[in-house]
Amino acid sequence: MTYLADVAALTRKDLKVELRARDTLPAMLLFVLSTLVVFHFALPEDSSETAAYGLLWVAIIFTALLGLSRAWVPEHEHGVLDGLVLAPCDRSAIWLGKALATLAFLLAAQAAALPAFVLFFAPLDATALVGVLLADIGICAVGSLMAAMAAAGRSREVLLPLLVLPLAIPLIVGGVGSAISADAERFVLFLGLYDGVFAVLSWASFEYVVTE
Amino acid sequence: MIRARGVEKRYGRRRVLTGIDLSVPEGGFALVTGPNGSGKTTLLRILAGLATPTRGLCALGVDRSRVGYLGHEPLVYRELTAVENLELYGRLYRIPERRERIGMLLERFDLWEARNELVATYSQGMAQRLAICRALLHDPDVLVLDEPHASLDDAGATLLERELAALAGARTLVVATHEPERLERFATGRLALA
Repeated sequence: MTYLADVAALTRKDLKVELRARDTLPAMLLFVLSTLVVFHFALPEDSSETAAYGLLWVAIIFTALLGLSRAWVPEHEHGVLDGLVLAPCDRSAIWLGKALATLAFLLAAQAAALPAFVLFFAPLDATALVGVLLADIGICAVGSLMAAMAAAGRSREVLLPLLVLPLAIPLIVGGVGSAISADAERFVLFLGLYDGVFAVLSWASFEYVVTE
Repeated sequence: MIRARGVEKRYGRRRVLTGIDLSVPEGGFALVTGPNGSGKTTLLRILAGLATPTRGLCALGVDRSRVGYLGHEPLVYRELTAVENLELYGRLYRIPERRERIGMLLERFDLWEARNELVATYSQGMAQRLAICRALLHDPDVLVLDEPHASLDDAGATLLERELAALAGARTLVVATHEPERLERFATGRLALA
């Protein structure tokens, strides 16, 4: 219970910081909506819906990257990460709090982006939406760990996509599969499995990322 | 209480600390002095548990939850108020009756009136006083303070020294400073880094 209370306090803190600073969410919203508008005009009229689903995932991944690139900035601005690391709470709670806050921002951006996608391109059924949700969880779990690693270096903007994109390929495969495949449930299961495995790996390895 | 033996720290090829020995008994007050770049901050980060020595041993004799650390940065969120920052740390440090403790520290360091203002609006001196409150919040047994006078005006320095006078002898302190003359009266030992 104490662990969950720590996670809740850390997540609440991230949401509060973002509500006041408005550094991340407006940028994610603007980016995802403008990307969909650009794709709408870039895609030929007679192109298939399959191509549109692929473009949706391009927009989702790069929007998530935008959020992740800002995720640890407040901690590094005033050295707050040192303070959190010194606290006697389980260090994985810091990662989980950050992953949940990033997930909240991504879901908020998608609350605007998915209706826009349906309006411009193609419908999304329930399985596709479950696929999006599971992929979001995977991106935020792995991405929060990778963003913490990248933030410790000087060139985090360059390093973060290099770390996250290879690990996100299975999520894109699963996400697109859950939207277009005749056997979509299999892709949803695959996404669930990915989330489970990578969430445990990220949870267990965070301590080594934030300690020297 | 604090024991460091042959501590060496390298960053790549650059050697920052070489063969540092330090022993501070319980209730001791060690001053660490030296010019810029002599490794004071690195040594204090090792003592606080934020860095590991490349060679040598460093033992604190207490759990990390009993260490209070004041670094060059205030270690607080700019977009939160003083109370919100201390509430967060108070929760993570599992401090019972933390509201009373936070109120007492903010009053003692003359931040009570500004308690609900965002740290982003604070002057550097106010942020430093808040950082001191954060380091003292959980009433630590060991205090590791890196240039605590930085950014403090005379009034802030007086508040700090009054606090250190109360802590000297009752807590174990290691303080890195460029102004050793201000703290010499509390010191039980001194380490000069070259």
